[in-house]
Amino acid sequence: MMASSSSYNSPCAACKFLRRKCMPDCIFAPYFPPEEPQKFANVHKIFGASNVSKLLNEVLPHQREDAVNSLAYEAEARIKDPVYGCVGAISVLQRQVIRLQKELDATNAEMIRYTNTCTEIIPTHHHHHDAATRMLGNNEGPDVGGSSSSLLAQSPSSAAFYYPSPWNNDLSGDAFHHIH
Amino acid sequence: MISGRCAACKSQRRKCPPDCIFSPYFPPNDPQRFACVHRIYGCSNVGKMLQQMPVQMRAQAVDTLYMEARWRIEDPVYGCVKLISQLHQNLGDTESELAKVKALIAFHKLQISQVNELHQPNLDASQSNIVEQFQFDYPAQNHYPWFIN
Repeated sequence: MMASSSSYNSPCAACKFLRRKCMPDCIFAPYFPPEEPQKFANVHKIFGASNVSKLLNEVLPHQREDAVNSLAYEAEARIKDPVYGCVGAISVLQRQVIRLQKELDATNAEMIRYTNTCTEIIPTHHHHHDAATRMLGNNEGPDVGGSSSSLLAQSPSSAAFYYPSPWNNDLSGDAFHHIH
Repeated sequence: MISGRCAACKSQRRKCPPDCIFSPYFPPNDPQRFACVHRIYGCSNVGKMLQQMPVQMRAQAVDTLYMEARWRIEDPVYGCVKLISQLHQNLGDTESELAKVKALIAFHKLQISQVNELHQPNLDASQSNIVEQFQFDYPAQNHYPWFIN
């Protein structure tokens, strides 16, 4: 939701910070309401007002709110962690994804073993397994694309969404601070 | 000496002093590196950030600033934050998938143990309640609260 502080004759957070008159066409006013001074202060500290203004002019008007919010997020991350900023968070998340994917692969392999065992000892009761997968796949949890019925046929790593790690050093993760 | 200027001082068209804060991290043979960082953060902001941290951390700081600057140039709206959002989403999806598979394993373990205990070929009557006995807690959708639409 965009605030238009100029309509209330109250300067936006940016113009307040910069100690200037907030004009009706101020590019910052819709995205830096006066009741959120820290947001602009952070963005100004890391990116600078003129860089933010240039960036906002480069994107379409309907994208500017998202652009400001992502800049504010990056700025806050960089202030909390001046060395790694958002890259620290990305590195930690990527390692968690890899670890979890390995666990999923191992669990899928175990699942296949159990399924084979069940097939051997209960050959006439496949419909109970199907009932279980249907229950687990139908509105019982977050939607993951309805893949439960084909779990056994699914490639173990098909749920993976890998990014190459941008950071080759062995980060201890100590420098990462939770942003929220 | 003009030929010894770092990329930052070359870009700013100034002399590069011996104690230039930028020169260890912006070599003259990689002008793109400083250009990206300068475009997003500005020369004076980068200088201030470097001054405020220990010398031994500055190289890594410049590396990460460069990475984030490149992401922002490629995606002016979301920068690297889109990647963070996607990673959170991926983590949530993988956790859900893992919970489902573990639940199925538990179900099969129970099936096998029931068969072993009862030694009966027709298990319809005893197994009809097995599925209903299981209640699983999935990770809540808002466990990873970052959302970008």
